[in-house]
Amino acid sequence: MILALLDPTPGPLTATAMIASVVLCSTAGEVLTAAAMKSIGDLDDIRAHSGLKGAIRAVVTCPRFFAGVGFLALAFFSLLFALNHLNLSLVAPASASLTLVTNAIAGKIFLKENVDRRRWTAAVLVCIGVYLLAH
Amino acid sequence: MKNLPAISLAHPGALIATLIGAVFTPWVAAGIVLLIGFFASYLTALSWADLTFVLPATAFGNVIVALLSRFWLHEPISAARWAGILLITLGVGFVAQGPSRTEIPVEVDSSPQVVAK
Repeated sequence: MILALLDPTPGPLTATAMIASVVLCSTAGEVLTAAAMKSIGDLDDIRAHSGLKGAIRAVVTCPRFFAGVGFLALAFFSLLFALNHLNLSLVAPASASLTLVTNAIAGKIFLKENVDRRRWTAAVLVCIGVYLLAH
Repeated sequence: MKNLPAISLAHPGALIATLIGAVFTPWVAAGIVLLIGFFASYLTALSWADLTFVLPATAFGNVIVALLSRFWLHEPISAARWAGILLITLGVGFVAQGPSRTEIPVEVDSSPQVVAK
C-alpha cells in the first residue's frame, strides 16, 4: 500500500531520507547491542564461571539486547525498502560507509568511548575503503 | 538461493513452503549456521572491546570477500576496489595498534577524612 503511494522514481530528498533511516536504525541497533554487552560483562568470564548456558541466559535476559536486535531488524527492512526504490550501487556503499562514521560519533556520545585521533583515522579510512569496495 | 525455483508473492502458501524448504538446503543451512557463529563471536567481542574498535576491525570481512571473489570465483577487481582493500587494511591496522577498551578511571575520594576516635 505504502509502496504504491510513493513516487516510483524518488527524488534526492526521498533518497536521502531512505538512506538516513537505514543508517540511523543501524546505528541505534549497534549502540544498544554494545551497551547491552558492556552491561552484561565479559562473556568469556561468564562462560568460564557458569558454562555456555549461563552465557546464553545472561544475553537473552537483557532487555537492551532485544531493543538493539529490534533496531538492527528495522535497519534490515529499511534497507530492503530502500533497495526496492533505489539502485544497489547507491544504497549499499552509502549506508555501509556512513554507518561507520555515525557509530564513531554515537560511541563517543552515548557509550563514552575514547574515540581518539587513531580511531577517527581508522573510521574514516575504512569508510572510504568500504565505499570504494561496494561502489 | 539461485538454485531454488523462482519465488512469487502471488501464492503465499507456495512462498512459505519454498522458504521453509530453503532453510534445509545444505548451502542455505550452512550459511545460517555461519551467520549464527558470526553473531555469537561479534557479541563476545563487544562484551570486552569498544564498539569503535570492533566495527572497523570487522570491516576486514569485506577485504576477505573481495579476495575470495578474485581468487576463488575469478571475478575481476577494478583499481578503485584494490584501493578500497588497501584503505580498509590500513584502517584496521590503525585501530588494532590502540587499546581495545576505554578504561574509565574509578573516582577516588581524595578529601581528607576525619577518623572518629
